[in-house]
Amino acid sequence: MPLVKSVRAIGHRAVNTVWRVGLATRFLFLTLTHSGMSFRRFGLVVKELFSSGVMSLIIIGVAGMFVGMVLGLQGFETLKRYGSESALGSLVALSLVRELGPVLAALLFASRAGSAMTAEIGLMKATEQIAAMEMMAVSPIARVVAPRFWAGVISMPLLAAIFSAMGVFGGYVVGVVLIGVDEGSFWSQMQATVDFQHDVMNGVLKSFVFGVAVTVIALFEGFDAPPTAEGVSGATTRTVVQSSLAILMLDFILTAFMFRGA
Amino acid sequence: MSALVEIQDVNFSYDQRAILKGINMSFGKGKVIAVMGGSGCGKTTLFRLIGGALKPTRGEIKIDGQVIHELDDKGLYEMRRKMGVLFQFGALFTDMSVFDNVAFQMREHTNLSEELIHDLVMLKLHAVGLRGTHNLMPAELSGGMARRVALARTVALDPMLILYDEPFAGLDPISLTVVGQLIRKLNDALGATSVVVTHDVQESLKIVDYVYFIADGVIVAEGTPDEIRASDKPFVHQFVHGEMDGPIPFHYPGANSYEQDLKVSAYATR
Amino acid sequence: MERIKLDLWVGAFVVAGIAALVVLALKVGNLSTYNVSETYQLQGYFTNVGGLKPTASVRSAGVLVGRVTSITLDTERYEAKVMMSIDKRYQFPKDTFANILTSGLLGEQYIGLQPGGDEDMLADGGEFKKTQSAIVVEELIGKFMFNKSESSN
Repeated sequence: MPLVKSVRAIGHRAVNTVWRVGLATRFLFLTLTHSGMSFRRFGLVVKELFSSGVMSLIIIGVAGMFVGMVLGLQGFETLKRYGSESALGSLVALSLVRELGPVLAALLFASRAGSAMTAEIGLMKATEQIAAMEMMAVSPIARVVAPRFWAGVISMPLLAAIFSAMGVFGGYVVGVVLIGVDEGSFWSQMQATVDFQHDVMNGVLKSFVFGVAVTVIALFEGFDAPPTAEGVSGATTRTVVQSSLAILMLDFILTAFMFRGA
Repeated sequence: MSALVEIQDVNFSYDQRAILKGINMSFGKGKVIAVMGGSGCGKTTLFRLIGGALKPTRGEIKIDGQVIHELDDKGLYEMRRKMGVLFQFGALFTDMSVFDNVAFQMREHTNLSEELIHDLVMLKLHAVGLRGTHNLMPAELSGGMARRVALARTVALDPMLILYDEPFAGLDPISLTVVGQLIRKLNDALGATSVVVTHDVQESLKIVDYVYFIADGVIVAEGTPDEIRASDKPFVHQFVHGEMDGPIPFHYPGANSYEQDLKVSAYATR
Repeated sequence: MERIKLDLWVGAFVVAGIAALVVLALKVGNLSTYNVSETYQLQGYFTNVGGLKPTASVRSAGVLVGRVTSITLDTERYEAKVMMSIDKRYQFPKDTFANILTSGLLGEQYIGLQPGGDEDMLADGGEFKKTQSAIVVEELIGKFMFNKSESSN
C-alpha cells in the first residue's frame, strides 16, 4: 500500500524530528551546565570569538552595505509615487533594525560560522579527538562546545548591529549622496520613527535568540555527526538548512510577540 | 607481583549481538601486554570497556582495586587522570601546536607554572626525539612523527596505565620500530603497565611480555611471545604466520553454495 | 595565531559591534531625544484618537517635549484617555490646547500642544481640558459629500 507507506514515512520523520529537537534541547542544557570553564578561562571564548565573530566581519559588513543600498534604491522608487521621499530614512532604518539586520546577519552567520563549527567538531569526532579528550578526563562539552556556544551568542548581536549600521550607511549613500534626498529629513524622519527600546532593543533581542539557535544547532549537529566523511558533510548541510529554517520561524514568532498591534 | 588490571568474566553485547563472551585477563604491574585478534574481533570494545566509555553487560573490570563501571562520573574522571590513552591515529588536537598538545593535560589538570610546563613538555618531547617540532602544527608532521607526539602527550602526566589502540596502524617500517621501542622504553621508565591492542604480530611480539589472542569474542590463546611463536594451535599459527586460509576462513560464509549462487546447477541439469 | 594579535582582533570586533549599537541608538534611533531628564505626567480625553499610538511624540511649536505613554478607554465617559510624560523643563498653561495632528498626508500621528494665556501652569497629573480629536479621513469625506448633496438640493 503506497498510501500507508507514505503516511508511515511522514510519521517516521515527525517522530525523528521531535526526537532530535529533544536531544538538541538536552544538549543546550548540558552546555549551559558545563559553562563554568568558559567564564573562568575566558581566553577560550576569546579564541572562538575570533573564528566566529572576527572572521564573519567582512561578509556581514559588505552584505549589510549592499542590502542598505538596495533598500535605498527600491524604497526611493516606491516612496516617490506617494511623494514621500523624505520618509526614505525611516524605511531603510526600520526594515534593517527590526528585520533585515537580525535575520540576514543570522543567516549569513549560520552559513559562515555555523557550518564551520559543525565541520570542525564533526572532524574532531571523526579523528577521535573528542574521545581522546574524554579519556584525558577533560569534558569535551566544557572544553570544546561551551566556549564556541558563548562566542556565538556574544558575536551574533554585535554582528547584527554592524549589519544594520552598515545598511543604514548604504541607504544613506544611495539615497542622500547619489539620488539627492534631503539629508536633514533623511536623518530626522529616521530618528522620529525608530524607537530605541521598541525597535533597536527588540532587534538586539532577536539576534540574541538567533545566536542561541544557530550555535546550538551547529554544535549539536557537529557533536552528533557520524564519524565519517559523509557524516560530517551531511551534518554541515543540515546545520545550514535547519538553522536557516529555525531563524525564519523564530523570527515570525518573535515579530508576532514584539510588534503586534503597535 | 600484583595485577593492576583484573578483567573477570566480562561479557558485552551491542543490542542482541554479543561482542565479548566471558573474557578473563590480568595485567601485572610493569608489564607490556598485547591483545591481538583479527579485525572486528572486539579488541576496540575491550579497550573502551577498560577506559570506562562502555559498561560490561556482565562481569567486572578492576583497575587498581576499583571496579570501573561502578564509579560515578567524578570517580571515573579521577581514574582516567591516571590513565594514558593513545588512539588509533594519534588523535592530536588539530587546532593546537605540538607544544600545546603535550601541555594540554598539564594545563587542564594541574596548577603548574608555565615555566615548569615548558620544561616538562620539552622533557616529554625529548623522550620521543621530537623536541625540535614543538612549534609545528599537527598537520605539518608526518604520520610517524604525529604518532610519537601523541605518545608524548599520552605519557604527559606519568600515567600508571597506558592503553594503545592500534599504535602501529599505517606506519612505515622505520616508524614502526621506533614506536614499538618507545612503547617499551616509556613503560619501563615510568614503571607503568601498558596494554597494546593491535594486529601487528611481528612488531608486538618483539616488545611485549604477554599476549592474549581474541577471536569471536573469546580468548583463544595466551602466553609469552616465545610460547606464542612456538604454538601449534591452528588459529595462532595462521595469525602469526599470516596464512590466507585456516580457522579464520578466506570465504565469508553465505547462505548458498558457490554453485547455487552462480546457478551452475541449473545449467548442469539442462 | 599569537595571543596578542588574537586579543587585538577580538577587541576590535567587540568595539566595532558596540559602536554600531551606539550609532543605531543615537543616530538612527531616538535615544538622544529620550528624556533622560525627569518627566511629569499629564493626561487628556479625546473623543477619537485615530491612529495615535503609545510612544508617539508630543510636540509644541514643532519641538519634541514628551511622549504618549498609554492610551486607554475610559468607560465612564466613553472617551480615550491619553497619558503623556512631559519633560520637566517645559511647563504649559492650564488652558493649553491638545490636538491630535498628522505629520504630512500619510505620516505618523502626534499630539500638538498649543499654549493658551492662563497664568497657572499644569502640574503633575494635570489634565488638558481642551482637546481636539484626530481627523478621520472617512468622516471628513462623509461630511463633505453630505454638504454637497445638501447644497445641490
